[in-house]
Amino acid sequence: MLSILLNLIAALFFTGIVIRTKSKASGRKGPGIMQPIRDVYRLFRKGSVYSETTSFIFQLAPTVYFASVVMAMLVVPFGKSPGVLSFYGDFIFFAYVLALGKFFSIISALDTGSSFEGMGASREALYSMFAEPAFFILMGSLALLSGHTSFQGIFASLHIGSQISYALAALATFVLLMIAMIENSRMPIDDPKTHLELTMVHEVMILDNSGFDLGLILTAGYLKFALYGALIVNLFIGVIPYQYAIPAFFAIQFLMAVAIGLIESFMARFRMSHNPQFIVVLTSVSLLIFFGVLLILQKFV
Amino acid sequence: MNLITTFVLMPFVGLLLLPFLKVRSKGVVTLVLLTMNVIISGYLAVLSLSGSPVSISLPGSYVTDIIPIRIDALSGWFILIINLIFLTGGLYGYSYLKSYKKRTNSLTLHSFAFLLQHVSIIGICGIQNSFVFLIAWEILALTSFILIIFDHENPVTIKSGINYLIQAHFSIVFLMIGFIWVVNKTNSYDFQAITAYSSTLPGMASLILFLCFFIAFAIKAGFVPFHTWLPYAHPAAPAHVSGMMSGVIIKIGIFGILRMLLIIKTDYIAAGFIILIISVLSGLYGVMLAIIQHNLKKLLAYHSIENIGIIGIGIGIGAIGTGLGNTTLATLGYAGALLHTLNHALFKSMLFYTAGNVYQATHTMEIEKLGGVIKKMPQTAMLFLIAAIAICGIPPFNGFISEFIIYTGLYSWLSDGTLFSLLAAIFSTIGLVAIGGLAMICFTKAFGTVFLGTARHTIPADCREVKFIQLLPSYILALIIILIGIFPLIFIHLISMPVALFPGTAEVVANIPQNSAFAALQPISWAAWMLVLMVIGLYFFRRYRLKKRNVELGPTWGCGYVAPNCKQQYTASSFVRSYSKLFAPVLIVHKEEEIVHGVFPSEAKYHTQPYDKLEKGLIDRVLKLNKNFMGRFVFLNNGKLQFYILYGIIFILTVLAVPLIYRNLESILEIFKLL
Repeated sequence: MLSILLNLIAALFFTGIVIRTKSKASGRKGPGIMQPIRDVYRLFRKGSVYSETTSFIFQLAPTVYFASVVMAMLVVPFGKSPGVLSFYGDFIFFAYVLALGKFFSIISALDTGSSFEGMGASREALYSMFAEPAFFILMGSLALLSGHTSFQGIFASLHIGSQISYALAALATFVLLMIAMIENSRMPIDDPKTHLELTMVHEVMILDNSGFDLGLILTAGYLKFALYGALIVNLFIGVIPYQYAIPAFFAIQFLMAVAIGLIESFMARFRMSHNPQFIVVLTSVSLLIFFGVLLILQKFV
Repeated sequence: MNLITTFVLMPFVGLLLLPFLKVRSKGVVTLVLLTMNVIISGYLAVLSLSGSPVSISLPGSYVTDIIPIRIDALSGWFILIINLIFLTGGLYGYSYLKSYKKRTNSLTLHSFAFLLQHVSIIGICGIQNSFVFLIAWEILALTSFILIIFDHENPVTIKSGINYLIQAHFSIVFLMIGFIWVVNKTNSYDFQAITAYSSTLPGMASLILFLCFFIAFAIKAGFVPFHTWLPYAHPAAPAHVSGMMSGVIIKIGIFGILRMLLIIKTDYIAAGFIILIISVLSGLYGVMLAIIQHNLKKLLAYHSIENIGIIGIGIGIGAIGTGLGNTTLATLGYAGALLHTLNHALFKSMLFYTAGNVYQATHTMEIEKLGGVIKKMPQTAMLFLIAAIAICGIPPFNGFISEFIIYTGLYSWLSDGTLFSLLAAIFSTIGLVAIGGLAMICFTKAFGTVFLGTARHTIPADCREVKFIQLLPSYILALIIILIGIFPLIFIHLISMPVALFPGTAEVVANIPQNSAFAALQPISWAAWMLVLMVIGLYFFRRYRLKKRNVELGPTWGCGYVAPNCKQQYTASSFVRSYSKLFAPVLIVHKEEEIVHGVFPSEAKYHTQPYDKLEKGLIDRVLKLNKNFMGRFVFLNNGKLQFYILYGIIFILTVLAVPLIYRNLESILEIFKLL
């Protein structure tokens, strides 16, 4: 329960901080931190325009997408306190329930019969296919290291002790951060602020969504960011008592948001055709983590 | 005894009745006879699943010896799946074939073959006499052939049918090698003799014996590289036959592999690794090729190969678990495989039925020509969507449950093991994850292009939803799909009996609720409920909110372009273009294009034809070599009847002469020895 509360609070500010960092870095004053939330609130009160081509899939998809992200949030723990649902292999559920949302957002993009939205859908399907193995290998390695097979079990018994495990934690953070960027369609993979439909991934898929539906999609995006942030936090806080863990949670989420803002300010998006290579690199990095774990467990003779 | 006689005689009752009936009643009589057989076999299956295995010995004849029929929990489980799919398939076929009313003769033959196929396939599950087993296997192959070539006026159909028939006989050759080997050594047709004989064999020999049977059953199941018949046979057959073939007939191969794991005492670890490696490759290869197919039924056929791969991963880790003495691994592997067998039967036959509906309404299976069908056929589209999500292994449907069990199996394998096992586990996990991701590309493409957007080609004006009776089978299957997704534990208890048959699982099966992996299914069931309720609640809240607001309709945003037409939509090929560029080394796509020339636009053309690289290497190449070699002997084939009679006489004389020469050879050898 605690994790949900913390995630919601983090989600409130996360995107605002990213946008604020970007505007500071480019020397602008920028909107207030709460601006994304105000946008969503405004959208929730608006009417909608639907394309004549679309069917009920298009109307159902944002709801399913949002629900899938909320379900994923239910299994994410916070340090000692487990998520609302915590069971053997819950990270498999985490990945697959997010896939449900992705499935619906892809078909809703295809539902518009547009020449642009299919492009985004195609890219989204391909990139998430490439990103998933990295997550499963990472969780597998952590499961092997800790001897547990649920989010909470893994995170509660991770001990960052030796030098190798520092290296592993750094690599794991990198992998999780990059997966978060791919899943949320952020900078090295996708540029949310681009103005040309041809170069978008996620933004082009939701071109036709408006009003309440768009609000749901944006909110789901904010939640998803906080969710991956929480996973990264969990790597470090382990069994630390709450009075330190909760400030640490917000500090790390804040740092992550600032980091994302800085990455987006000083980096250009990769060429679309190079994205798959980059994502496959993530899989290799997570394999590296796996071999690191084998080293720690002295499986190599 | 009497039950079994009735059961076997039922198709022949059909054979006596069917030719004399009117077209309308043929279907009804077939369904009635099928239902009676379903009740008989279902009764035996339920008996065996509730803990009292059925064992009957038929006297047989001089040739066949005693015919033992043993229906244990494994047979029971498969019989129930087969019956379910045959019933829904029969019901679907009844309405599907209504549009072929005029072809009376084909319908009679089709109905009889359908009944006989049911008898043979159930027979395979129970018969434990190798000779009679082979007969049933052959009947299954022949009846499937007849069912596939229903549309025999189409040359493509006949070609696919014959392709199937030949490959099915390859499977029989391997089965015969295995059976003859054992019969030769033990002089008994009973399967128990195989158990006794294989336990006396050294490790390598029993593994080879197992592999003989494995290859035979793998051809039937469609494991890569024995899969090439499948993508031809499925699209050629009528929709209900494709659904049943993909749902149960290829599963009989899975049944065979599981049965052989039970009766052959072999090196389970080696056998498990072989199955695991072939399965991961099948899963990946199947889905990789499925993505680039343009024919909806062919896409689904390749997808069957993928799912057979997933089932195989379960069987593989189950066998390895047995070999290692890792009880959790063994139980999870077999349980995942058995549940996925049911799951795949459900959603794959449902996909074929809904694809059949689309075919009847639009008269095409070319994905690129379809589009926007959801507005004409909303129920078919919804059913297809449910099956598509389920087949991708996404919650809250059944595919997730079986894949979850296999995943937990793979992760539990990590907890103990040598370096080699660990690597195998992690790479199988990568394989399974990649299969899931690719399946999502495949089915978003299939659903998105067939049902969504606007029509990419002229769709007949009379395209409309099929009658309810034709949708009913899919509704029944959808209900079970949802039930498994929401109440997984009930089905876990159902499969606990067949799983407990396998060595090294009894311990875990006995206390399923205590096992952490199976216990996870309870929260998953809650999560599925929460997800469904949340979607429903949110959807109605959204409707309530929108009621008060201004909701308008407008054209799709075309980035400022105001006259977009249906040709500018994203097509299936463009949807998977970046995929097919990345995976180009594995795929073959024949391209034919004419680009626009000159100042004024001339006609442009672009046509692609996907092909199977393994088929090119393993089938086409071998056939070509064979043809080259045989071509040298064409001079014998001179078209004169006299010569052919001469060849016949020479052949008979040679056959008669062999024993004589052999005996003489022996005596000559003895003379040599004396010298």
